[in-house]
Amino acid sequence: MNGGYPAGPFAKGIAWVTVLYLILPITIVIPVSLTDQRYLSLPQQGLSLRYYANLLGSEAWLGAIWQSFWIALASTTLAVAAGTLCAIGCWRLGRRSTELVRALMLLPLIIPSIVYAIGLYRYFGKLDLLDRFLGVTLAHGVTGIPYVIITVSTALAAFDPRLEQAARGMGASLSQTLRWVILPRIMPGIASGAIFAFIHSWDELVMVLFIASRQVFTLPRKIWDGINENLDPTMAAVAVLLIVFTVLLLALDGALRTRRSG
Amino acid sequence: MSSAAAPALSVAAPAPSLPRFRNAGWWGLILPAFLLMTVFYLAPILQVLLISFTEPRPGLDNYERLFTSMGVQNVIETTLRICIITTAVSLALGYALSYVMALASPRAQRWWLLAVLVPLWISVLVRAFAWVTLLRRQGLVNEGLMGIGVIEEPLRLVWNEFGIVVGMVHYMVPYAVLPMLASMREIDPRLLAAARGLGASRFTAFRRVFLPLSAPGLVAAGVLVFIFSLGFYITPAILGGGKTLMAAEWIKLQILDLIRWGLGAMLATVLVVAILVTLAIFSRVVNLKRLFGGGA
Repeated sequence: MNGGYPAGPFAKGIAWVTVLYLILPITIVIPVSLTDQRYLSLPQQGLSLRYYANLLGSEAWLGAIWQSFWIALASTTLAVAAGTLCAIGCWRLGRRSTELVRALMLLPLIIPSIVYAIGLYRYFGKLDLLDRFLGVTLAHGVTGIPYVIITVSTALAAFDPRLEQAARGMGASLSQTLRWVILPRIMPGIASGAIFAFIHSWDELVMVLFIASRQVFTLPRKIWDGINENLDPTMAAVAVLLIVFTVLLLALDGALRTRRSG
Repeated sequence: MSSAAAPALSVAAPAPSLPRFRNAGWWGLILPAFLLMTVFYLAPILQVLLISFTEPRPGLDNYERLFTSMGVQNVIETTLRICIITTAVSLALGYALSYVMALASPRAQRWWLLAVLVPLWISVLVRAFAWVTLLRRQGLVNEGLMGIGVIEEPLRLVWNEFGIVVGMVHYMVPYAVLPMLASMREIDPRLLAAARGLGASRFTAFRRVFLPLSAPGLVAAGVLVFIFSLGFYITPAILGGGKTLMAAEWIKLQILDLIRWGLGAMLATVLVVAILVTLAIFSRVVNLKRLFGGGA
């Protein structure tokens, strides 16, 4: 597409206002996290890093970050393994015969997590999975599968199926074909899916509110309690670190995509 | 993106000479995800649907509340009102943004896209927190406005419907942009130039040429934003401050605080049915896969 027909000033004006509305409110947490005051405010006399020091010296915050990290890592592994294999299977078997399976796999994107969360609360109660690392990992892993399926399917759409048939024709077994022919080609798609599944788990709150309480206490849960109980500038420092982390992950994804297309 | 799948499809049909069981291996690949999804996703959700009919006693009592209970009706009305306003505002802002993006040079388009995608992936909690910092009584907006003397008393910007809508629109605009942008990218800008050349004003060219061609994307975006808004929990809970209850928070209240499983499950079921029905009606224009896969 070229810029041969530029948009008019009115549309451009609204577009700029919208982008500023999307970006500016998020960036406000940066100066607030550097405040020298005791409450949520802009810095008055000078900048201070004490809320970052607070955060990094706090057992509670570090513990929550650590737990979130491990849960995200474990659930991403689960989502990537199951999602990648499923996407490959659906791709090879064709659209029509796997219609239902693919619809099922995308359900977590459209069913509100509150509905799933209350279901899990009851279901995990019976399975003794409440407030357990395994329970949260399973919940996050299962709901992370759609992200992997979508990115891997997109990568597979660009993959020539004759390569797979050639490999099978020359006597490669299914696992050999997977390992040596298909997987290397769709690696960027898998990595992309992994990044999104990771962010999904890392940010997930609604399920955690229901299925975790004391033993498992993730970062979003800690932020939630902070917002509802005491709004102190340490929260802004956490927010800044989270923003930086997300931007880094997205940059990584962007780099992978550029390599794939280049 | 979706058209690229077509060659894969035609070859993927099993060759007639192959016996059926040759496909068993490929079905085996689907199995782990399928089992995980049925046992740990579908089963808990079906259980919710079931509870809505069985607790506190078997029957349709919970559903009767839809017609008799003012509380339930209020929640549904509030939810629908906020969702409709959110959808309308998100579509209006998102449409202008996608229009400008679709007509921009590829280089400019990448920057615009970045400005849409980064907020999309930033934690919803972080964003709600930022809005609280800005909008609360002693927040930066009120302090700023009072500082320069525009207002005497702090405005009530949050912990009401206004705050919820501000936060929800902020969350939904990227979801509105992606499907609209995907459909607008397929419109040839030379059509607009041609319309202008034939004497149409800028507005007429837009209304008679661009708007009809972008309508499918607009509808898809509307459906998507609406169904995401219906069950949204975090932002309304934080920015509503417990005073304005939307469906998701009401469900949480019934189950965690009042232990009324049947009622909570009933509204959850209504939510799921409403979403699935909306999707079914518009299934021809909404392609979830393309939307999420086509982000960048």
